[in-house]
Amino acid sequence: MEHIELFFKSIFIDNMVFATFLGMCSYLAVSKKVSTAVGLGAAVIFVLAITVPLNWLLDQYLLQPGALKWLGTEYADYDLSFLSFIMFIATIATMVQLVEIVVEKFSPSLYNSLGIFLPLIAVNCAILGGSLFMQSREIPTLGLATIYGIGSGIGWFLAILAIAAIREKIRYSNVPPALRGLGITFIITGLMAIGFMSFGGMLTGGDEEAPKEEKTAKVEAYKEDSNKKVIANNTKVNE
Amino acid sequence: MGLLSKKDSKLILDPLADNNPITIQVLGICSALAITAELKASIVMAVSVLFVLGIGNVVISLMRNIIPSKIRIIVQLIVVAALVIIVDLVLKAFAYELSKTLSVFVGLIITNCIIMGRFEAFALGNGPWRSFLDGIGNAAGYGLILIIVGFFRELLGSGTLLGFKVLGDPIEKSGLYAIGYENNGFMLLSPMALIVVGIIIWVQRSRNKALIEDH
Repeated sequence: MEHIELFFKSIFIDNMVFATFLGMCSYLAVSKKVSTAVGLGAAVIFVLAITVPLNWLLDQYLLQPGALKWLGTEYADYDLSFLSFIMFIATIATMVQLVEIVVEKFSPSLYNSLGIFLPLIAVNCAILGGSLFMQSREIPTLGLATIYGIGSGIGWFLAILAIAAIREKIRYSNVPPALRGLGITFIITGLMAIGFMSFGGMLTGGDEEAPKEEKTAKVEAYKEDSNKKVIANNTKVNE
Repeated sequence: MGLLSKKDSKLILDPLADNNPITIQVLGICSALAITAELKASIVMAVSVLFVLGIGNVVISLMRNIIPSKIRIIVQLIVVAALVIIVDLVLKAFAYELSKTLSVFVGLIITNCIIMGRFEAFALGNGPWRSFLDGIGNAAGYGLILIIVGFFRELLGSGTLLGFKVLGDPIEKSGLYAIGYENNGFMLLSPMALIVVGIIIWVQRSRNKALIEDH
């Protein structure tokens, strides 16, 4: 259930393009034709699905405060989180290069359709943004991180597909000359983003429940603590 | 400008208007839109990009003859990432609240297309001093748009500028609010950033007909 919820949340509510404006540059530059937009969108899903879980592992076992515990207790208080930007971007750049080589070797047809977009993706904010949001939202498990990567990739794909289709049609409309091209694309994207905001109501019930559970957990923990204190006091008195 | 030759001053002044990174070159949009709900965040973002792009351009320009062209993207990313870590740590140390507001968008300066775009288009082919001027100019052009968008969104959305209540107090009904003015909360939502940038592009292109696109 948790997985399905995160999946739909990352596609619609936290849509990369409409809610957080990530990957806008390539979204605007490559959305003139539907066919190229599909190619880039597929490449983004692919790379996000690989890099987000990979960076989750890095974050969990290398970067977080205390993450180096598996090396031995003397490493437990190291905090390497300031290195996360450089680690994430290096992972992304090398993964993109690796994926490019592998795809070229094993599936030339896929390479021909994705090929030219793969290098572009290393500098797509949506990819790094996916990893950074994964880190800042503290996604708990590897499975959820993978789902988050795939979901946000699909969200980005839907967004670029929609705008490319609209831009193909708008060519035949009478747009004011100064707004043609970039200007009208911005305004359409704004209107689409307003539309996507309506998805925000979809899962709010779940969001409201979550903090309550935390609260009750805290209260229980507090009770336990106070019980312990009482017991400790009693034992002291007894002594 | 006495200090700079005509060619050099063109490097700084061009990106401010007719070759603006955001409205003409379509670079660096992501961060421009996400953090402009407040003027203060826009200014901090503009200054951070100014720092990263100015220094990064110089570094890349100094290394331009020794970087093998096949791995240049990774080299560029590492240079930017190092600079951005500096910015991030400085923000966390001196303006913690603000760095919370900017959240991941400080990190996203790394993949801000403006930076890679200028590295590729300018710093790899020009000397350090000219690259520095180019970096400053482009970052200033970027910052200008950010500040304009931030100004309008904060003024119309919450009636404040940099946190000062310039339009009066909405609760005590002083200033403009006394005659029935209301804040437009919609301006604070993210889609309005796109529409404000769209309007800026509209105004700019109607003033300079040469910039109009075919489609």
